[in-house]
Amino acid sequence: MSKISVVPYGPQHPVLPEPVHLDLVLQDEKIVSAIPSIGFIHRGLEKLVEKRDYKEMVFVAERICGICSFGHGMGYCEAVENVMKVEVPDRAKYLRTIFQEMSRLHSHTLWLGLAADAFGYESLFMQTWRIREKILDMLEMATGGRVIFSIVDVGGLRKDVPDEMLAEFAKRLKDLREDYNRITAAFLEDDAVKSRLCGVGVLTIEQANDLGCCGPFLRASGVRRDSRMTDYEAYAKLDFEPVVSHDGDSYARCVVRIKEIYQSIDLIEQAIAQIPAGDVCTPVKGMPDGEYLARVEQPRGEALYYVKGNGTKNLERFRVRTPTFANIPGLVEVLKGQDFADVGTLILTIDPCISCTER
Amino acid sequence: MRQPIRAGEMMICEIDPDTLLDEVTKLKYSEWRLMQICATKTGEDSYEVLYTFGHGYRLRSIRLKISGEAKLSSITSIYPIAYLYENEMHDLFGIEIDMINIDFKGGLFRTGVKAPFK
Amino acid sequence: MKMSKSPWLLHYDASSCNGCDIEVLASTTPVYDVERFGVINTGNPKHADILVVTGGVNYQNKPVLEQLYAQMPDPKVVVAAGICACDGGVFKDCYNILGGIDKVIPVDVYAPGCAVRPECLIDAVVKAIAILDEKRARMKAENKA
Repeated sequence: MSKISVVPYGPQHPVLPEPVHLDLVLQDEKIVSAIPSIGFIHRGLEKLVEKRDYKEMVFVAERICGICSFGHGMGYCEAVENVMKVEVPDRAKYLRTIFQEMSRLHSHTLWLGLAADAFGYESLFMQTWRIREKILDMLEMATGGRVIFSIVDVGGLRKDVPDEMLAEFAKRLKDLREDYNRITAAFLEDDAVKSRLCGVGVLTIEQANDLGCCGPFLRASGVRRDSRMTDYEAYAKLDFEPVVSHDGDSYARCVVRIKEIYQSIDLIEQAIAQIPAGDVCTPVKGMPDGEYLARVEQPRGEALYYVKGNGTKNLERFRVRTPTFANIPGLVEVLKGQDFADVGTLILTIDPCISCTER
Repeated sequence: MRQPIRAGEMMICEIDPDTLLDEVTKLKYSEWRLMQICATKTGEDSYEVLYTFGHGYRLRSIRLKISGEAKLSSITSIYPIAYLYENEMHDLFGIEIDMINIDFKGGLFRTGVKAPFK
Repeated sequence: MKMSKSPWLLHYDASSCNGCDIEVLASTTPVYDVERFGVINTGNPKHADILVVTGGVNYQNKPVLEQLYAQMPDPKVVVAAGICACDGGVFKDCYNILGGIDKVIPVDVYAPGCAVRPECLIDAVVKAIAILDEKRARMKAENKA
């Protein structure tokens, strides 16, 4: 005799630091369907454009999410710069690329730590976060902030990073690679970890395309799409290929993120080697008039920033489509037919950022 | 060297609200994927809705204008995942949408103020 | 045995942007390590002595926060981590934000910052531990009387 029951999952839950809320319909221990609900962190920051001018909005955009904070600020600035036809200096473009890749590094490392915590690997969690502190140290050295560092501005950056500091970064990144080699083995080769990840929550390539997924979640299902391949900041001048895996299960998502960590280190090294001298900020005159849709690859996937100005200092509309929002249909699909015990790790494998989603 | 593709784009095609489903069906058959739906308040009781689609790295959008009372037809019969965006639009802007496959009936974004962007 | 030798900490994300959340987590991991004061991060309000809240309160999570606070056994201390939890911060003017968490539950220690720095948070937790002791002594005296 099987029994249907509905289990509310969240908002406060030990595995997830953020208030995710799902209503899970269970048949015995198997999930039949999941219904997402949103609103625990909804602040309504898109509406703030009416009260803040377009330059102050940079700070608000950075606080859409504290993990991919730099990327959100950059995406917003990109959109406004395109509306106002501002040409950003090359050095600023390279520095933005460096900061964005560092954000990706720390975001993926954070994810690895949370994943380890979800399997019950407490010391692996601690080791992973120890490495993350090294990246935060570098960010703090360059900007003064650890997670939200408000260095991006419309027209470029607020502040230059001296070449000596970049050389120091290159040196530290070499050590960082060693550190990563040590911990990633535990994620990729440990049998207990594999038993929690391999074959769990498979998303096929067709499903991933139909459900409009993005980021590592999409690439783990075998779709070769990474918005960094488009021409923004300095990405067109750097040599890299999107990381793809084909199995579509939780393990594949873990593999993609680990490979992206090494890819990010490589990208930062390339950018440091190529960076030109010069200014980091173009003075901006006038008010935004027009509209633009900018696209940025965040650690969690593709984010879209729509900006519409009407010639006054306040924008008419600012809208963000964040990667987790696009990944929700995929998550709901992945949960179907899985064990209740796997829900925590499965939600984690899409690397949810609820604060982005709800804005 | 890779062919650079512009990251952002403003290729917008203005359409009539009545032809929405036809236009969207055409895009679906040429394998465009839905990327986002965004509503903007343009004046007292008038809104514009922007649908953005992607194909590989290319972007294109269609836009339509509606008034506050008009009912917009849902595109979830063509793109099922549009339910999230359409519910969002309903909850934040108060735009009525017809025939959504998963209708939260105002329960997706539970805000203190009803339809705050209205 | 004094409870303040090993107070357990419950973290709730009211409507924070994640910046403060990850700093709360970072303070429990190596480099900052508040565990050296005996503080352990728990997920269960019934085991917790210190409630660390990040982010301002909105209409949706107000009852959740009230419920979490009610579920914690006495004596208990509340730490508001980050400027949003203190008074709403950058999101103060948003339509869905009520303001700081002191609109809903009593706050003992305020730790400002955007995002709150781990040093500041550890300081706040150490202060909270002292307040916890005070509250406990008061409870004992009241029970005797």
